[in-house]
Amino acid sequence: MVTTVVSGVGRRSLRIVGEMGRMMIFLISTVSWMARPPFRVMQLLKQIHFIGVKSLFVIVLTGIFTGMVLGLQGYYSLRKFGAEGLLGSAVALSIIRELGPVLSALMVTGRAGSAMTAEIGIMRITEQIDALDTMAVSPMQYLIAPKVLASVLVMPLLCSIFDLIGIYGGYLVGVNLLGVSSGAYISSMESSVEWEDVYGGFLKAVSFGLIISWVCTYKGYHTTMSAEGVGTATTEAVVLSSVLILVWDYFLTSVLM
Amino acid sequence: MAVIRLVGVHKTLGGQEVLQGLTLDIPRGKLTTVIGKSGGGKSVLLKHVIGLLKPESGQVLVDDVDITRLGSRELNDVRKKFAMLFQGSALFDSLSVFDNVAFPLREKSTLSEAEIKDKVLGMLNEVGLSEMGHKFPSELSGGMRKRAGLARALVMGPEIMLFDEPTTGLDPMLARTIHELIVDTQKRFGFTGVMVSHEIPEVFGISDYVAMLLDGVIVAMGTPKEFQATQHPVVREFISVGRRGPKTAHEGPFRRRSEHEGR
Repeated sequence: MVTTVVSGVGRRSLRIVGEMGRMMIFLISTVSWMARPPFRVMQLLKQIHFIGVKSLFVIVLTGIFTGMVLGLQGYYSLRKFGAEGLLGSAVALSIIRELGPVLSALMVTGRAGSAMTAEIGIMRITEQIDALDTMAVSPMQYLIAPKVLASVLVMPLLCSIFDLIGIYGGYLVGVNLLGVSSGAYISSMESSVEWEDVYGGFLKAVSFGLIISWVCTYKGYHTTMSAEGVGTATTEAVVLSSVLILVWDYFLTSVLM
Repeated sequence: MAVIRLVGVHKTLGGQEVLQGLTLDIPRGKLTTVIGKSGGGKSVLLKHVIGLLKPESGQVLVDDVDITRLGSRELNDVRKKFAMLFQGSALFDSLSVFDNVAFPLREKSTLSEAEIKDKVLGMLNEVGLSEMGHKFPSELSGGMRKRAGLARALVMGPEIMLFDEPTTGLDPMLARTIHELIVDTQKRFGFTGVMVSHEIPEVFGISDYVAMLLDGVIVAMGTPKEFQATQHPVVREFISVGRRGPKTAHEGPFRRRSEHEGR
């Protein structure tokens, strides 16, 4: 009985360590192919369009409502201390430091990350990836590297749009709806937000971009050869990316603070 | 003279030893067909020939170079000699038929776009798809997809062509057309062909050599005439079942094996 449990734990641990090793090799291989010519500019632009432009709507929508709800919550909390004038500062700092990068990353995971895994998974089970290999075209260079690079480039941009829209959402609710002075909202934000906050948010966005594309392309690339396998890979990719984003967010925040 | 040699190849997939010390010589400029049971490792064999899978032990020699020991860059150089027609054609969904056929030329040749266009249209014409260039793979029938796959494979003028069950899922008339297209193009382009199939007796009419894969090894190989005259009981049984179609109750070797496995 004890031996069974111990061997079960051992097997599971070995599997996890093996998977982590394979993921790391996958990432190193992607980065090394990224640096080798030919540089696939068209593929990169396509991916920037797919991950970035096509995610704009969902980013704007979540950004505005996040800002609005923060405005509402912040106003009633701050009013207890008679500090409504600090609403701008509260909304801006929450969004720039935390909510902007994290929520935009989670949205991109759901919209673009899942599609990446499904696309690559289907290419794997229909042997399109093998076909690339047989034509002496590296799938890592043609398929994976543009997705990873596009994701890393696009995430800070999406995050900055989220930040801007979110701050405006807070302004709409705080100033237009609840009567906070417009000057106080802007000036409190201006005096409290520093370059380190913006820089930290962007650093998070870049690293989340890497996590999303790395996990989602890896899961698609190593899917099992069935339609069910693609479904499972997509679910695993979204769950693992989301969890890693939150875990990495904690570690990065603790370092940046 | 053998252009491809597999020597003592062992491969285990999913805990099952699919290839068990397989040895096979593929003669240059000829069409060799490997037959065998479904799920018996025929496609695995083909993927070893082009380096998509690596054996646990043994050698895969292409023009006397052991490709199992090559790095990715050297392997890509060897792969330039090859082209492969996949079971499901493996056309890129996101590209039109024209772009699919043009893909290897755009990637691996220095031809201008005008020259590529001429070559692709010529190749589409060869396989009877001259009007289909603008369509996407999802808009094509199974037979058309095979033809488009064949056009993409042939467009670079490969020295070695691999065919993974090229007629699976096609009706007998269409299967015959694809077989004729393969023989025709092999004669015209002079490539070395390796086909895996279980279309018996059709493969005897089109192949220069036939080999049978059974339990992870090649148990018989020869010209279609020699092959059909073999005294190997399982091969004889396989050929006769292929000719007659599946039987109901017969005490042949396959029957005995499956009963034994069922216990």
